[in-house]
Amino acid sequence: MKWNKGYTISLSLIAGCAWLVFSLFIAVSGGAKEIDLHAVWTAVFDYNASLTPHQIIHELRLPRVLGAALTGMAFAVAGAIMQGVTRNPMADTGLLGVNAGAAFVVALCFALLPALSYSQLMLLSFVGAALSTLFIMLLGSAAPGGLTSLRLTIAGAVVAAILHSLSTGIAIYFDLSQDLAFWYAGGVAGIKWMHLKLLAPVILAGLAGAMLLGRPITFLSLGEEAATGLGIKTARIRILGLLIAVVLAGASVSAAGSIAFVGLVIPHIARRIVGVDYRFVLPFSALLGGSLLVWADYASRMVNPPREFAIGAMVAMVGVPFFLYLARKERREL
Amino acid sequence: MNQSAYRARRAITVSAVMFILAIVVIIIGLNTGTIRLSPLAVWQTLMGGGTTEEQMILFDYRLPRILVTMLGGIGLGVAGAVLQGVSRNALADPGILGLHAGAAFGLIVFVSFFRTMEGSLAMLIPMFTFAGGSVIAIIIILLAYDRQRGIMPIRLILVGIAIEAGVSAITLFLSLKLDPDTYAFAARWLAGSVWGRDWINVWALLPWIVILVPIIYLKSKTLDLFSFGDEIASGVGSSVTRNRLLMIILAVALSCASVSMTGGIGFIGLVAPHLARRLAGPQHRYFLPAAASIGLVILVAADTIGRSIFQPNAIPAGVIVALIGGPYFLYMLFRKKV
Repeated sequence: MKWNKGYTISLSLIAGCAWLVFSLFIAVSGGAKEIDLHAVWTAVFDYNASLTPHQIIHELRLPRVLGAALTGMAFAVAGAIMQGVTRNPMADTGLLGVNAGAAFVVALCFALLPALSYSQLMLLSFVGAALSTLFIMLLGSAAPGGLTSLRLTIAGAVVAAILHSLSTGIAIYFDLSQDLAFWYAGGVAGIKWMHLKLLAPVILAGLAGAMLLGRPITFLSLGEEAATGLGIKTARIRILGLLIAVVLAGASVSAAGSIAFVGLVIPHIARRIVGVDYRFVLPFSALLGGSLLVWADYASRMVNPPREFAIGAMVAMVGVPFFLYLARKERREL
Repeated sequence: MNQSAYRARRAITVSAVMFILAIVVIIIGLNTGTIRLSPLAVWQTLMGGGTTEEQMILFDYRLPRILVTMLGGIGLGVAGAVLQGVSRNALADPGILGLHAGAAFGLIVFVSFFRTMEGSLAMLIPMFTFAGGSVIAIIIILLAYDRQRGIMPIRLILVGIAIEAGVSAITLFLSLKLDPDTYAFAARWLAGSVWGRDWINVWALLPWIVILVPIIYLKSKTLDLFSFGDEIASGVGSSVTRNRLLMIILAVALSCASVSMTGGIGFIGLVAPHLARRLAGPQHRYFLPAAASIGLVILVAADTIGRSIFQPNAIPAGVIVALIGGPYFLYMLFRKKV
């Protein structure tokens, strides 16, 4: 029995890796200009700057697709952590207002400090994400009856609504609403190597940190008492976990805009396949989340070329039905 | 008997206070702007006096805008009260439930097709927002419906949040395809900027308010029955399902027509009924008028603040309302056990 389960998990992880790599190749080869896989392969491993397809791949497609994969991983793992530590099946950085906090600060920066460098923008977007998370958590725990998942979800949605309203107010006041809207709609089209150089280390570090927390998060997700009984310092793990989620969400929002639902959908699918142990849920969520955004970005380019569809809307088309399914399933709680 | 006399007296006091407050806010609103008009000048101009310039400012600019804001505030306040009554959910608000997202979707479809908001076409806009809001309302109700337990209040909110997120993403995408001028308009609309500034907008909104609000008011007793729960309500002989459906349709129509002219303003439908219930008691025939007048006061005040304090670029009224209404909502959420 035990052997059987381990077998499923390792097979799933290997299949997940293969799926992600496959998705990356397909996404790089497809677009306004179709480039065959052979050219993709040589462009990556045998780059020749004098060939146009190679240039397209190297300068445009590759950073974009890698950006999609990284942000997808980050959103999915952040969602998984939040679901684990808050024990809220509806947790998602987009729905809980974490993205909105980051986006609000980015809007402020667009308006007041347009000369900021990308790394500074990213740093400030962490601050925004952290503040809104802190705020929502404090609100939740201050209430009578504690941090119920329902209250957390509604509070998150309302905080997100307030912050979003403020962001658009700032955008309108400073006459930059369409710039901000393009950014807010979520898109990895603008990601260049320069951004990736900053984004990749942060996200990879965040992912690594998350993996280290896998075991304690598993116990936390089983319940406060069980975790304490096993000698887990619950408060510390919760804070560390949320901190990592904030770093992951903040970095992704600064790069790709606010994309909701990835962190909601992916961890549920991951748990369904590899079980409740977060040591496996987290890496598997990363693989699936990365592939999801790569495909969503690919689809957003292919639906109506050469125009692009907003990637956030693409993900919402999967995410909304899924959320509704969850809302119906969580019968006892609702 | 004694108690009901007390309630009636209290309701009358509240209405009187609200009426005075509304007058004050309207006067401040009328006299605020790039060119100030003193209350006296406003009065004289309204009575047919005043200079040509004063007449132009008042009748062509200030008055239609104030009227649209007043009507919109009434519509949103009453719509929120009805939704809260029908769903027995203190957190129900047309914005939170996703109706405004639906209305916004309708509006974006309208601008994408007609490309303009000027002139008599404005009469069509409430139709489009109503259509958008209705589609969303139907989806939300169907999804929140449970065969055994009817429409589940909490599920209504959760479903509303999800649908709102999804529809907003699509609306955002459609709005990015607009040319910059139309986009600037749509963005302001989405943020809740009162754009109805001409008489045509007043005429577009007026019939919806003048017809729907009295119908709802006549149904006060039915709304009261909902608060006792479905079983008692049907025991008294009221057809619960049919009445609920009718009231929801009226509320959707009212809120969508209001936001069509004032923009996507949330939280008024939440705050106004709450304050009204506190002040005037839970009986709908007393608190509906209070909710309407509080909605009016909030929206007119928010619009006046937005366009006067933040010169030269105005801040949409929706932002001001969210800044006040959002925290109030959170306070509501955490005050009681959910």
